[in-house]
Amino acid sequence: MELTIILFLFGGLFLGWSLGANDAANVFGTAVGTRMVNFKTAAIICSIFVILGAVISGSGTTETIGKLGAINALPGAFACCVSAGFSVYVMTKLGIPVSTTQAIVGAIIGWNIFTGSETDSGILTTILTTWVLCPILAGLIAMGLYVVVKRIIAHSKIHILRLDAYTRLALLLAGAFGAYSLGANNIANVMGVFVNISPFTDINIFNFLIFSSTQQLFLLGGIAIAFGVFTYSKKVMFTVGNDLLKISPMSAFIVVLSHSIVLFLFASQGISNFLISMSLPSLPLVPVSSSQAIIGGVIGIGLLKGGKEVKWSIAGKISIGWITLPLLTLIISICLLYILKNIFNLSVFIN
Amino acid sequence: MFNLKNTKISMFSDTKKLEKDIDEFVNILSEVGLAFKSIVKRYLSHSTDENFESMLEKVTEMESRADTITKEIEHTLYEETLIPDARSDVLRLLEHLDELIGMYQGNCYHFSIQKPQFPDEFHDDLISLTETVVDCVESLCLTVRSFFRDARSVRDNAHKVTYHEKESDIKFSSIARRIFNSDLTLDRKMHLRYFVEKIDRISDQAEDIADELIIYSIKRSV
Repeated sequence: MELTIILFLFGGLFLGWSLGANDAANVFGTAVGTRMVNFKTAAIICSIFVILGAVISGSGTTETIGKLGAINALPGAFACCVSAGFSVYVMTKLGIPVSTTQAIVGAIIGWNIFTGSETDSGILTTILTTWVLCPILAGLIAMGLYVVVKRIIAHSKIHILRLDAYTRLALLLAGAFGAYSLGANNIANVMGVFVNISPFTDINIFNFLIFSSTQQLFLLGGIAIAFGVFTYSKKVMFTVGNDLLKISPMSAFIVVLSHSIVLFLFASQGISNFLISMSLPSLPLVPVSSSQAIIGGVIGIGLLKGGKEVKWSIAGKISIGWITLPLLTLIISICLLYILKNIFNLSVFIN
Repeated sequence: MFNLKNTKISMFSDTKKLEKDIDEFVNILSEVGLAFKSIVKRYLSHSTDENFESMLEKVTEMESRADTITKEIEHTLYEETLIPDARSDVLRLLEHLDELIGMYQGNCYHFSIQKPQFPDEFHDDLISLTETVVDCVESLCLTVRSFFRDARSVRDNAHKVTYHEKESDIKFSSIARRIFNSDLTLDRKMHLRYFVEKIDRISDQAEDIADELIIYSIKRSV
């Protein structure tokens, strides 16, 4: 593989690293922050399941991202990833909960504008709808789960210590499911733009299993996410666990589970096919924001408790992120594409 | 390295042991109360005879066992980082319950050392006060058990503690009034009042703990 290809792939790997550093905190933040689960255990489980989710179930959302803009040159994909990574960094510094999804969509539209390619308005509308739908759905699921779990706990009269042990186990399982869903749903953000120009070739394993070039890309992306989890997520987990989500461990489990369900629903090809086979409207396979799913879940539980504890400013910040982040990334990606094309003489698209 | 199976086993075995320890601790509190009731009756009928001293010895043993259990629970809760959200509440609760056991024991020792001379006319009242105080602590034991298993019934049980505490206050006032209206000398009146007040304070402490438990149970809600 050429050195330049590796260099360009680093754009995606950087995005994967930042996803692991930030979004893993959504999955295990409260568990680790409240010391219900130790960081090492959380990091290992998170890494394994993120990689599994990416490799096994990552193709659905990637297809949708691919339909938005078929980036066909590595420098173009590199520009998209770097601009997305940079703008996520800026928004995070400003304290606005954003996601790589919104950034990468802005970057792809930027590439479309720069290269004169058409943006599929239908796909774009679908993606935008899911951004709004994601926290709302997470909130509704969290509300339902909260009612059920509260009733079960009240009727089962479990000892506080046993409940604590069950909660730890539940947090681990929900975290594993959350990490799998995160990998499946968000790998498109990290490696989606490289799928059409993958430098890998399919590997045939003993004529039994084909490890496709896309899966190899996803494995690489998954490892980058896992690297982010191990190197930088500890600090973010403690921040999420102690500042953002001041909720009980059991509520944390409900929030993480509802987040995981939402991410899984928007990533699962199987569920989508099943709904279509039953002639039911299926959920679009779109990468959604795990931060916003978590906040949706917290707000849902807050509303059930009377709404006094709900921090509406965070909900406001989410909607700011829906508009400003894609716009910011769009502008940065156009600038970066211009620089790569006109200053470095690189081909950012192939006619 | 990472071993989920062992983590799980250790997690649940620690939990079971702690559950047993907490139950044993509450049992001790309840038993010390019953022993105290017998000690007061024994003292009033036979003063500090051999039987009284052996009962006192038993109370001391139970108090010492309660101390050991408290320390064990404290260590396990911190070492295994169990119930992080309720740990400080549980430890404070055990500390205050331990103080209650200490108050029982202290009262017994005061009887043994100071040997107050209660005239016969006060015996029934003192026994009645002691029984109310012990009932109050018994209700507290129920409240404590419900805090650990059924937070919803904490308020109901705590209400019983409050009821007994009020009863105990009424009985204390009545005895104190009767002591000071009697023909005893002032120093003796003061001495008897001291004992009656010390016994009544146990129910005050029990009520304070019950109030704390109501707050803890609200904090515990999912």
